[in-house]
Amino acid sequence: MKRFAALLDALAYTVSRNRKLALIAGYLRQTPDPDRGWALGALTGSLDFPAVKINAVRNLMKTRVDPELWTLSRDFVGDTAETVSLLWPSSDPDAITPSLAETVARLTAMKRSTVMTELPQLLDMLDEAERYALIKIATGGMRVGVSARLTKLAFAQSFDVTVDEVEEYWHALTPPFSQLFAWAADGADPPDTASIPTFRPFMLAHPLEEDAVDLKDYAAEWKWDGIRVQVVRAQAGDGHETRVYSRSGDDISASFPEIAEALDIPAVLDGELLVRGDVQGGVSGGAASFNALQKRLGRKTVSKKMREQLPAFVRLYDALIVDGEDLRELPWEQRREHLETLMPRLPDTAFDLSQLVQADDFTALAEIRENAREDAIEGLMLKRRDSAYVAGRKAGAWYKWKRDPLLIDCVLMYAQRGSGKRAGLYSDYTFGCWAGDPDSNGLGGAELLPVGKAYSGFTDAELKKLDKLVRKTTLKRYGPVREVERTLVLEVAFDSVHTSTRHKSGLAMRFPRIHRIRWDKPVHEADRIEALKALIRD
Amino acid sequence: MAASAPFSWIEPHRHGIRIVPGDTWVDPSRAADRALVTHGHADHARGGHGTTFATPETLAIMALRYNTGEGPNGGKTVPVSYGETVTLTGGVTATYIPAGHVLGSAQILLEHAGERVVITGDYKRRADPTCPPFEVTPCDIFITEATFGLPVFTHPPIADEMAKLLGALRTNPDACVLVGAYALGKAQRVIAELRAAGQHAPIYLHGAMEKMCRLYEDHGVDLGRLKLVADASKNDMRGGIIIAPPSALNSTWARRLPDPITAMASGWMRVRGRARQRGVELPLIISDHADWGELTQTIEDVAPQETWITHGREDALLRWCELGQRKARALAMVGRDQEGDQEGDGGHEA
Repeated sequence: MKRFAALLDALAYTVSRNRKLALIAGYLRQTPDPDRGWALGALTGSLDFPAVKINAVRNLMKTRVDPELWTLSRDFVGDTAETVSLLWPSSDPDAITPSLAETVARLTAMKRSTVMTELPQLLDMLDEAERYALIKIATGGMRVGVSARLTKLAFAQSFDVTVDEVEEYWHALTPPFSQLFAWAADGADPPDTASIPTFRPFMLAHPLEEDAVDLKDYAAEWKWDGIRVQVVRAQAGDGHETRVYSRSGDDISASFPEIAEALDIPAVLDGELLVRGDVQGGVSGGAASFNALQKRLGRKTVSKKMREQLPAFVRLYDALIVDGEDLRELPWEQRREHLETLMPRLPDTAFDLSQLVQADDFTALAEIRENAREDAIEGLMLKRRDSAYVAGRKAGAWYKWKRDPLLIDCVLMYAQRGSGKRAGLYSDYTFGCWAGDPDSNGLGGAELLPVGKAYSGFTDAELKKLDKLVRKTTLKRYGPVREVERTLVLEVAFDSVHTSTRHKSGLAMRFPRIHRIRWDKPVHEADRIEALKALIRD
Repeated sequence: MAASAPFSWIEPHRHGIRIVPGDTWVDPSRAADRALVTHGHADHARGGHGTTFATPETLAIMALRYNTGEGPNGGKTVPVSYGETVTLTGGVTATYIPAGHVLGSAQILLEHAGERVVITGDYKRRADPTCPPFEVTPCDIFITEATFGLPVFTHPPIADEMAKLLGALRTNPDACVLVGAYALGKAQRVIAELRAAGQHAPIYLHGAMEKMCRLYEDHGVDLGRLKLVADASKNDMRGGIIIAPPSALNSTWARRLPDPITAMASGWMRVRGRARQRGVELPLIISDHADWGELTQTIEDVAPQETWITHGREDALLRWCELGQRKARALAMVGRDQEGDQEGDGGHEA
């Protein structure tokens, strides 16, 4: 545990990406199995201990520390694991502490009924840095500025393999990844991914920043507003081997049985999961809003009624593997042909083809995109015709060209302290629009209704200024949240707005972010709720 | 004076603590005719008072920092040494007692009509080679700071932090360690502790540190060989320690240093997020304030009838008092009511 705790600390205090890579690579080379495999699992967020959740940790602490002192401490520190590590009484500094593998074994063995006695025993054995590492391992989310991707890169660096190979095998394996180390470090055969329905990392797009691209080189298609999925059926095996994976590689087959049941060809297909309807692109578009899809997400089982009312389907973008043949090296154009040829073999209840958008030139395409809002479509995708299918974002290969965001002027109402690197700074902002007329009778007749929350879109310097304003204009405190005087207008950008029962205003924005801080604008000039309602496309 | 309500002679205000008879203020944030000052940090001391009562060391610091003393801004100064008592206009007496915070820092014991009030200013209980240690002084009302008033704050032994700093130096012989430290107090304590830990090589100073270091030396604090960064070449400073104000970390100024490892000496470094916000690679948990254990121990030691909390994380210390059935109240004071953890250059020193 000592070494892993030291690694986490070193990573937390290292800014440079290359130094982080070197730290992880060094650790992976020098640490024996299976500790390094568990470390790899922890850094990539691949560990799960069902009995040890953040709530259990919180409840444990409230039996050890006065609940009010706990809350004040947690609020200030901005990280539960760290607060635990700081508040827990220190152990004998010379005691021998358990290894990472032993720690993982103990965490795995904990049950809901035993966690309240076994977790304290484990905490008692560890020093401050180890306690921090322990709670991080147990509850996930390292927050040391290291992504799963960076960890895989470090793995590739330490054993001189390519990150694409690592990505390819990754999802077929589980911690402590002994096969992966055997292959990369000791030259054993690579893991067999053909006979299990393995998730392959998605190819992703950069936002378009060029003024124009040549349509001879790029094909265009609509960017549908659902969730990106991969439907995978392995070559061998029988029964339930078709899986539906979300963008992060989570298996969501159980929520969408109609998709999993529909593919009986060994293949790996990439597409957008949508619900049938007529919002996106009208009747011919055939897809409901994201809001409709959301009702089906996150369900462990799905009722017949739900399947009938909100039938899901996948609009296919790409084919990675068909009939066991790997197409990823081929140019997009050829993969597209394979996909088109495949379509008649797939049931049209569960699959359709994402149509290409034809335009004579880029100017004509821009015009088509302009009208996308009326059709409630997010924007366009531009795909280089000769691009191979590669994991992640590759410069110049795929672009997303979203329509310009919607903008609305809101008033800052509440602010909440951030976490991790933003601990202690008021960095999450809730804002509202006017209900009633703010111009009549001064502000007397109007009240503000919260319409959304955003925590991005501003610079560090602006964050400092906002934090200062929040502190200066605080009206009330509710734990980590402060209600502020209505003094500041925030111009908020968002992708779309939908009806929602979750908020008092009856509205929910998608991807709200701060577009501009209107230090200059008086609050009564902010928008009214009707202006936002007019933008609903449900 | 006729018998009046207990302690009616002392009043907490947003701008400081007022001694009613004779209208004298303690650490006022506005100019006052008569001011008692606990120590030289900007959130306690300022120029423009008519008469300033403070220790000779604090008066020297104030003369350097705020142009007090003889001169255009200067008023009258009355030096009060540790252990000395002065009688103020109105009959209240004030005794200056070491607070262990920085050079010249004092607690002030006020006595009137048999009632005793102690104002700690800022303080710590740990040993500090640059100033005499805090003395527990029994009183009726104890007016304390609470900068690190949360149970997460336990400052480790300073020897551990020195070992961390010297270890980083040894493993990176071609680099240098740039330590962010407040110019008054922290910088000199870090230097003195480095000397005690056997580091005798020259220590390089940012220009803003020089005068205060000289002032400490003039008051008998030995800081060893000091050089200015401006007078040194890049190669001279390899393997060396550089001390600079926190604002100079990650600034263009730091570019003249050979591969600096950014360190910061502050009690806030106990929390990872705070260190990371400042881009600190080597956090050194060194504070001139009492940690949670010291704050609560001190209230137990002093055993006052009532505790008043001037600034810091007063919520938690109030709660602690409540749990122990100790009478306490928080005073919201201007200029010291910020959280002190997002300090700019003029902010609260920790």
